[in-house]
Amino acid sequence: MSKMDLTRRGVMKTGAVAGAGLAVPTIFTAGSASAFVNEPTGGSVTLGFNVPQSGPYADEGADELRAYELAVEHLNGGGDGGMMSTFSSKTLDGTGIMGKKVEYVTGDTQTKSDAARASAKSMIEKDGAIMITGGSSSGVAVAVQALCQEAGVIFMAGLTHSNDTTGKDKKANGFRHFFNSYMSGAALAPVLANAYGTDRKAYHLTADYNWGYTTEEAITSATEAMGWETVETVKTPLAATDFSAYITPVLQSDADVLVLNHYGGNMVNSLTNAVQFGLRERIVNGKQFEIVVPLYSRLMARGAGENVKGIYGSTNWHWSLPDEGSKAFVKSFGTKYGFPPSQAAHTCYVQTMLYADAVQRAGSFNPCAVVEALEGFEFDGLGNGPTLYRAGDHQCFKDVLVVRGKENPTSEFDLLEIVEITPAGQVTYPVDHPQFAGGALGNCNPGA
Amino acid sequence: MDALLLQVLNGIDKGSAYALIALGLTLIFGTLGVVNFAHGALFMIGAFCAVTMQRILTLSYEVVDPTRTDFLGQPLKVAVPYVEKFLGESAGAAIIDWAVPISILLAVPFMIFIGFAMERGLIKHFYKRPHADQILVTFGLAIVLQEVVKYFYGANPIPTPAPDAFAGSFDFGAMLGMEAGNIIYPYWRMVYFFFALAIIGAVFGFLQFTTFGMVVRAGMADRETVGLLGIDIDRRFTIMFAIAAVVAGVAGVMYAPINSPNYHMGMDFLVLSFVVVVVGGMGSLPGAVAAGFLLGILESFASMAAVVEFLPGINQIIIYLVAIIILLTRPRGLMGRKGVMED
Repeated sequence: MSKMDLTRRGVMKTGAVAGAGLAVPTIFTAGSASAFVNEPTGGSVTLGFNVPQSGPYADEGADELRAYELAVEHLNGGGDGGMMSTFSSKTLDGTGIMGKKVEYVTGDTQTKSDAARASAKSMIEKDGAIMITGGSSSGVAVAVQALCQEAGVIFMAGLTHSNDTTGKDKKANGFRHFFNSYMSGAALAPVLANAYGTDRKAYHLTADYNWGYTTEEAITSATEAMGWETVETVKTPLAATDFSAYITPVLQSDADVLVLNHYGGNMVNSLTNAVQFGLRERIVNGKQFEIVVPLYSRLMARGAGENVKGIYGSTNWHWSLPDEGSKAFVKSFGTKYGFPPSQAAHTCYVQTMLYADAVQRAGSFNPCAVVEALEGFEFDGLGNGPTLYRAGDHQCFKDVLVVRGKENPTSEFDLLEIVEITPAGQVTYPVDHPQFAGGALGNCNPGA
Repeated sequence: MDALLLQVLNGIDKGSAYALIALGLTLIFGTLGVVNFAHGALFMIGAFCAVTMQRILTLSYEVVDPTRTDFLGQPLKVAVPYVEKFLGESAGAAIIDWAVPISILLAVPFMIFIGFAMERGLIKHFYKRPHADQILVTFGLAIVLQEVVKYFYGANPIPTPAPDAFAGSFDFGAMLGMEAGNIIYPYWRMVYFFFALAIIGAVFGFLQFTTFGMVVRAGMADRETVGLLGIDIDRRFTIMFAIAAVVAGVAGVMYAPINSPNYHMGMDFLVLSFVVVVVGGMGSLPGAVAAGFLLGILESFASMAAVVEFLPGINQIIIYLVAIIILLTRPRGLMGRKGVMED
């Protein structure tokens, strides 16, 4: 039988050593346990899908979530594989990501920056999400991107169109596949000049928040370069529901084009009001009055109903595209859910695939390795033609679609027709373009 | 001059909606003494009665069109409304076209039912509770109602067009001998304004010229004395709650073509309507109507580019600014009575 020699001095020494060990900041101890935050150690990896499940963009969020679930199914070898067969990079084989089964958690952004940050934080800290993706608003995207940069996880943005996401608010850990305001202007202006002429006077109604400003700036500068004159730019409150007080001054101006820099419910109501006030029947300066909606979404087009017929706008992607990637995605999504995917669903699906592929190519989940794999990555087969993830600002450069409200839709999903596929070269701009000035990517943050 | 006239016209249709909602709020407050924050939700439910009627009338069966394909390349299934099958294509299409006015037939009984259910099932338990409790419970009810609507109809606005006969605009400028096309006003907004006037007139007439109305007015003035006379004033007040629900409901139905209904539209109107009630004077029906139109028109003026340029942001605060000024100068509102909300 052994004898324990417990002395007061011995206990104090042991306690002091143990206490010092516990007192070492976790940032040093974590380094020895894992090289980066939320490093997957078991047989699975967790992705965080942060989408609006309540609030005004809940329907768009539901479509994003459908796309994410489809992407996870395909990554894990289920379904028909969707775009995995058309994607130019062939690293994905249906065995998850680096052999780990893909699991996911969801958060509700509510289309509010603080709620979106809280749900993303919870997914990172409690659920161990290694990548956050999703969203239907630029305000949310910028807020969550900044959080992911601080936390050391990758952020693959969902639907965010403001220049600032990859402009003054860009971050090294954040990546955007969706197009932006500048690209809308660059794609739309030549088509508008061709359809309506170069001698036009435009009146802008602009949603009074960040996205509205960047879109107004992009459209005015692009159309002015084509010869149009900007007669007036008026900011409208984001909470406005009846735009008649803003529409009627247009009647007294000598404008012959109304540009609605509105999205979501704002766009539905302002367009409906403009049509009610007979703007589309007006003849001004000897020309037919026209309305333009720079950013279209199918869900908005449904809300505006008949009013969208013949109205030009731009989108990131449309289900009627004839390329093999789009066809594969539409077939997978349509077979599973019974209707074609929206552009929000498309960009979210693609972002998930791009992240998974980047991890495979990097051979690591380390965010810095993933950043390196995505920067300058050129790919094809995901629905937008040859695409570049530019290293300088983490923005995708690809073809942009100019669309028009369809005159004779065959269903509630068949509301827009593609007028022109604007090549990527026409919408590409330098990293230091004035509309994207300020801010810096900084360095990638692996968290640990 | 043209611009001012146009903003007056703009203001009266917005004012019509404010006045109709505020009228119902005041009726409920004046009779039951309840501050009903769920009243905006009743306006929203009314608008969704129009959506529902539109969906009922467009209930369809599918016919395969082999000459066209859907997004998956399958033969296209074309939806044909039953109403067109049973009544013929042109008659069926005409009925669908008039879905919004027809939906008043659905909205009236449905809103009466909702009004009774709300009052008997929930509100009556809060008559003797503090106003803060009433506000909390009715605000909670409003959120529940809008979430229920969102669950069934989604979060996106649903287009609910006016009949084709009311498409287009009336040229006031041409009528007044001014330049044509400068002062135009959509026909449906004119319909809405006259509809609001008719409803307001009917409510006032009902209260002024019927025995029922006389008792209700007496109850509003002195509930206890009317009760001592052996009159069941509670039952009459319940009916008034249902009438207020109907007023909000039909206001919502007719508003549906002006702005596509969405689940949140009641909340958008509610806060402004409360300001209207306070500015008009708590418990004053004429005050609510007058303040509704006044604030609607002021809001339109404040949205003019020249005004916003001179006073940035004024369009977002004008109503509250006016409310502050009126409450400072006339604490009971424009037509408020002594003793109401002053205990």
